[in-house]
Amino acid sequence: MLSYYFGLALRSLKRNRMLTALMILAIAMGIGASMTTLTVLHVLSGDPLPGRSASLYYPQLDPRDMPSYTPGVEPPGQLSWIDGMYLLHAKRGTRQALMTGGMVPLQPEQSSIDPFHANARYTSADFFPMFSVPFQYGNGWGDAEDEGKARVVVISAALNDKLFGGENSVGKTLRLQETDFRIIGVLGDWRPNPHFYDLYMGAYADYEQVYVPLSTSRDLHMDHGGSVDCWGDSAGDQVHLERENCTWLQFWVELDSPASVAAYKQFLEHYSQDQRASGRFTRPVNVRLRSVMQWLDYNQVVPSDTRLQAWLALGFLVVCLVNTVGLMLAKFMRRAGELGVRRALGASRRTLFGQLLLESGVVGFAGGVLGLLLALLGLWLVRQQPSDYAKLAHMDAAMLLATFVLSVAASTLAGLLPAWRACRIAPALQLKAQ
Amino acid sequence: MDIRPILFTLRRHKLTCCLLVLQIAFTCAIVCNTIFLISQRLERMRVPSGIAERELVYVQMAYIGKRPDEKARAAADLAALRSISGVKAATLINEMPFDYGSDNSDVRTDPAQRMPVLSASQYFGESAVKTLGVQIVEGRDLRPEEYVDLSDAFALLAAKQYDKLPSAALITRAMADRLWPGQNPLGKQYYVGKSISFTVVGVVANLIRPGRDRLDVGAQYSSVWPISLTLAQGAFLIRCAPQDRDRVLRVAVDKLKALDPNRIVLDKGTMEQHRRDFFQNDRAMAGILLGVCLALLIVTALGIVGLASFWVSQRNRSIGVRRALGATRGNILHYFQTENFLLTTMGVVLGMVLAYGINLFLIVHYELPRMPAVYFPVGAILLWCLGQAAVLGPALRAAAVPPVVATRSV
Repeated sequence: MLSYYFGLALRSLKRNRMLTALMILAIAMGIGASMTTLTVLHVLSGDPLPGRSASLYYPQLDPRDMPSYTPGVEPPGQLSWIDGMYLLHAKRGTRQALMTGGMVPLQPEQSSIDPFHANARYTSADFFPMFSVPFQYGNGWGDAEDEGKARVVVISAALNDKLFGGENSVGKTLRLQETDFRIIGVLGDWRPNPHFYDLYMGAYADYEQVYVPLSTSRDLHMDHGGSVDCWGDSAGDQVHLERENCTWLQFWVELDSPASVAAYKQFLEHYSQDQRASGRFTRPVNVRLRSVMQWLDYNQVVPSDTRLQAWLALGFLVVCLVNTVGLMLAKFMRRAGELGVRRALGASRRTLFGQLLLESGVVGFAGGVLGLLLALLGLWLVRQQPSDYAKLAHMDAAMLLATFVLSVAASTLAGLLPAWRACRIAPALQLKAQ
Repeated sequence: MDIRPILFTLRRHKLTCCLLVLQIAFTCAIVCNTIFLISQRLERMRVPSGIAERELVYVQMAYIGKRPDEKARAAADLAALRSISGVKAATLINEMPFDYGSDNSDVRTDPAQRMPVLSASQYFGESAVKTLGVQIVEGRDLRPEEYVDLSDAFALLAAKQYDKLPSAALITRAMADRLWPGQNPLGKQYYVGKSISFTVVGVVANLIRPGRDRLDVGAQYSSVWPISLTLAQGAFLIRCAPQDRDRVLRVAVDKLKALDPNRIVLDKGTMEQHRRDFFQNDRAMAGILLGVCLALLIVTALGIVGLASFWVSQRNRSIGVRRALGATRGNILHYFQTENFLLTTMGVVLGMVLAYGINLFLIVHYELPRMPAVYFPVGAILLWCLGQAAVLGPALRAAAVPPVVATRSV
């Protein structure tokens, strides 16, 4: 019976080729546009470290001065050197790391490669275990290297491929800022998106090529990149950022239980109170302790243009669906005579309903398949765009499934109303009209 | 034309009519807002910079290793650049218009003020005004003897010797009007931080500040301070005639590399291209919005064509009867045109309400300004035209139905 209905549906669709094509195209365009924008949104708002992100927290303190204070103001997004160093050495979390970024001139030993500027991360030792960074060769460094301002470096897989052809380069020398560094580790494939631990270099920024102890980077006056916010009379002198009234460092701490989170927050409040008592902090105690996802949310890392595009595409889908419903209704109502005859011959309302729904389902399926192709084309177009997140726009299994669910749901929804309306036809009236 | 028979016919297709009206309403609402969004982007991209955009090229370099004689080297580099034929001016500048990020400081007209009046960016660099091509409308340019080296300025700051810091500054018209509305800004003082004061010696017409996030919050809030830079603190900015730009840029890079090979070119180009890059996201977004707008209009037009064709073929017989009873082709044509006009009008009225709602949503969630009333009629007229254009084909086909159809059975 189902194959018979299927045959009927195809015949009916063939009778009005233009109209069928129009309906399929409308659904396909709506689905294609929606899935393109939703996929981009999905990629950009994902969890950068699934499984780890829930136990990683970002403390914020407010060391700024009173003149521009307004009650309820958010503390700055970064820490000053004094506060960062204090939190780092207090070791109140399971692990913690103080970091910032910059660019370092790199002079390869091979004369075939011109010197270039490498994207660098200056951090303390816990960065690697805390973020579960995978290593291809070697390891990160420890507290001893941090203390001793050791000339050691961890490099990314991409840089290792570029300089050493992907071979184990641990123990070799890398020349950064006119200084010899010993390579102690080579990272595996690691690109958490967004670049959550330092949003001040761009949320979907290029990834670091070299990782150097923070103490070493300050010792060698390596260039600092990212945002520097100062207050009072501080002007942000790059060379002496440690003693300036500026915030420029990111600090992450690993806290494994709700109790330790509460304890850490209390610790931050106590520290602020102590600093107030000593006169270094002048504002009322104002601390925050956000998890990774809360931090991303607070910073609104998903570009508002992307969200706007998603809304726009959904609006477009609604118009396409209403369009299809209208056309399908007109089509079904035109077959009132045929449906009346079938009713008179004994077909129940339910059978007719099923048959019509199948017909709209065929349109929906075709629209969905075409919509998927359009979405792939749309994502390809997005990848040609200049924005820094553009290259991330790829469809994954979850979004593929979602596309099909959306298209089938949309077309069924589009078919329900016309099918319901068409089977309420009174057979006698239609037969009389003939 | 009497619209009562049309309304009567439409009442027999209530559901279909409702759907068409709904579709037109949604289209109208989205198109109104999208056109508004596009115009916002275009306006953003047209922001005046106040500089000689077509006459500037830049080279940004990174330096390997320490240079104890940085000042002398900077002077030598600049002298070499100025000696290139066609070069009108050259400087080392701390930031350029249309950079993605910017350096800003809070500005107060009284050091005791609790909240700063505004936040403004500051340009450094010897003869920055001349190189950028900024137009001074009041007062004078900064004098060479007023300049202090940036490294010296930092040292003075650290030693709290504020009185030795430079105190002359140029500000933009927009900044002057905000700081001292309706007053002559020349000779007035403003404060950066608690103890650093500047005296306004000149006012420039426009000078855009860098930073993508600053365009909507005082795009012209910029100042020029008499601070000179050495190599690593700035980028080379060179002014020449528009037709010389490519050659000057090429020669400049060659000369700089020849003078000191131990440096890397990070970025180079013309200011025109720098401006294009700065707005590339806005341009892409405007393109996407325009694409969605067109797609919506096409889908709606096709929907109207499809539905009208259906109705025409459905009413084939009654059209024949009307023709047989004396209706002219024009009558039939007008019938369908009027029918479409009625439906579109209903859709447009509902669409206006929806457009207003969408605009409110955008105001709340995307900090957009209120849509000017002029966009409402634009959307309405667009859809009326679209509806009439879409229905014309099916209506002409209806008008071509011969009266003889009336005598045939279905």
